[in-house]
Amino acid sequence: MIEARIGKRFPAGEESAAFSLDIELEASAGVTVLFGPSGAGKTLTLDCIAGFVRPDSGRILLDDQILYDGATQVHLRPQLRRCGYVFQNYALFPHMSLRANLAFAAERLPRLERHRKVNEMLERFHLAGVAGRKPREVSGGEKQRCSIARALIAGPRLLLLDEPARGLDAPLRADLYAVLRQVRQEFHIPILLVTHDLEECFELGDQMLVIREGRAVQGGSPRAVIDHPASVEVARLLGIVNLFEAEILALDPGRNTSRLRMRDCELAGPYYSGRLKGDRVWVFARPEELRAVPNQGGRPAPNQVAARLARVSERPQGVRLEFAGDLFVDVPRTEFSARKDNKEWLVEFPPQAIRIV
Amino acid sequence: MPPVDWFPLWLSLRVAALATAISLVIGLGLAWLLASRSFRGKEALDAAATLPLVLPPTVLGYYLLVVLGRESVPGRLYESLFGQPLVFTWQAAVVAALFHAIPLLVKSARAAFESVDKSYERAARNLGASEWRLFWRVILPLARRSIFAASVLAFARSLGDFGITIMIAGNIPGRTQTVAVAIYDAVEAGNGRLARILVLVISAVAILILYVANRVEQRHAAA
Repeated sequence: MIEARIGKRFPAGEESAAFSLDIELEASAGVTVLFGPSGAGKTLTLDCIAGFVRPDSGRILLDDQILYDGATQVHLRPQLRRCGYVFQNYALFPHMSLRANLAFAAERLPRLERHRKVNEMLERFHLAGVAGRKPREVSGGEKQRCSIARALIAGPRLLLLDEPARGLDAPLRADLYAVLRQVRQEFHIPILLVTHDLEECFELGDQMLVIREGRAVQGGSPRAVIDHPASVEVARLLGIVNLFEAEILALDPGRNTSRLRMRDCELAGPYYSGRLKGDRVWVFARPEELRAVPNQGGRPAPNQVAARLARVSERPQGVRLEFAGDLFVDVPRTEFSARKDNKEWLVEFPPQAIRIV
Repeated sequence: MPPVDWFPLWLSLRVAALATAISLVIGLGLAWLLASRSFRGKEALDAAATLPLVLPPTVLGYYLLVVLGRESVPGRLYESLFGQPLVFTWQAAVVAALFHAIPLLVKSARAAFESVDKSYERAARNLGASEWRLFWRVILPLARRSIFAASVLAFARSLGDFGITIMIAGNIPGRTQTVAVAIYDAVEAGNGRLARILVLVISAVAILILYVANRVEQRHAAA
């Protein structure tokens, strides 16, 4: 269990703007993903927890041991913290074989025990066949598994991973996810993983924490966060499109409905608890939950909006139609190819698809 | 033809080897201090370590003569410890060579230590390694190529000192006369044949050192 409250200020430098980190987090066994754009302070948070960077204020507790306390000026050396750290570039010692890299990390153990433990980790992470090779002589996946094994061999109380999937191609990424799922199952420690990849949050995250400009802006399960982003900024960070300002015209809890004015259209939506008539809100709808049909010139049906097609882009699962006014709809390729010359469309918003930020 | 006295060559090689060994210990220690710690007066220490590179050798030699002479405290301390004065012995030639070797090693070793990727340092500390183990097992092996190259240069520089040596070790044939001094002495005495032989031999030794150093470094690079 890790509990951290970290404050750290950097004054503006010649090439950098001032930055301040002011973050609170708490994580128990399982994967907690720190999600945010580059420069949000995710890696800095890990470095403060590992002891590479000394915060200005706050308190870091790991299993009830104080790692840092600003009030009493306690700052444990990294050597004493027992936090496994998987570096972005792996940081495997290039002059040592994989086996020696593991042994280096297990130096505290008595000789026989160390030997047994190194072999066990080599087996467990499928490295036994390449144990004698140097890091530059093994594949990217092997390096990555070795760096995870090295971080775990001394029995850390916490595992920190700094963008482990950065720069990996799709198959390696899948391998990494499999390894990390195995680690989550076999080691019952908190795992903090830094990423700016949303897919990774869903692949691995039991919990996620959205970080923006040095602040934690939202926490929760990835599903809960993406379904209910706490603010427009979070929604944008999560890559949510079809974000529109709207005004609530009517709310009917009995029928579970509402009426909204979005731009100059009136739409029916679901009942939004905790909102009042007249509230101005941000709503969003997933591109795959909207429907688009060619506009035949008739009156739009309820919840349909006339839109002009601006662009079409290919997606792995189909085609994304981009309409004027930042409106996106995903449709299956076969459905679209029959009408690809059509310009004027009607976009239908199913009431349940309209979510409030 | 009179036989050539090879004593100055052997003395120079011995002095240079000893000076290189001592400067490795002192130079690497200082360089690690400068590269890994921050403390007050750090850049002043770096400047002090570099000063011998810019001072004229005879000036340095004069200072050393004053500081290490038989009348000075360090000089008397040395005499009471080893039973003989330091100045005008071959050991003084080692001290002279040190002032060429240490600045070179401090400069290049500091740069080499600082150029080792910081993530290795962090990784070692994160894995529980003491500063001592971090230095011996990670930093030093990763910086070994530059340090080897710097030691070779330091050896070559030590081999050739004239100014400091003549000031504090003097020119006593068979005792403190190093190759550089012997060449000067031979030219002064009009012994052109001896001067030519020593010059050619020392040039050959220098070229051999560079060749071996390059070979070893290339093998490192290939491995």
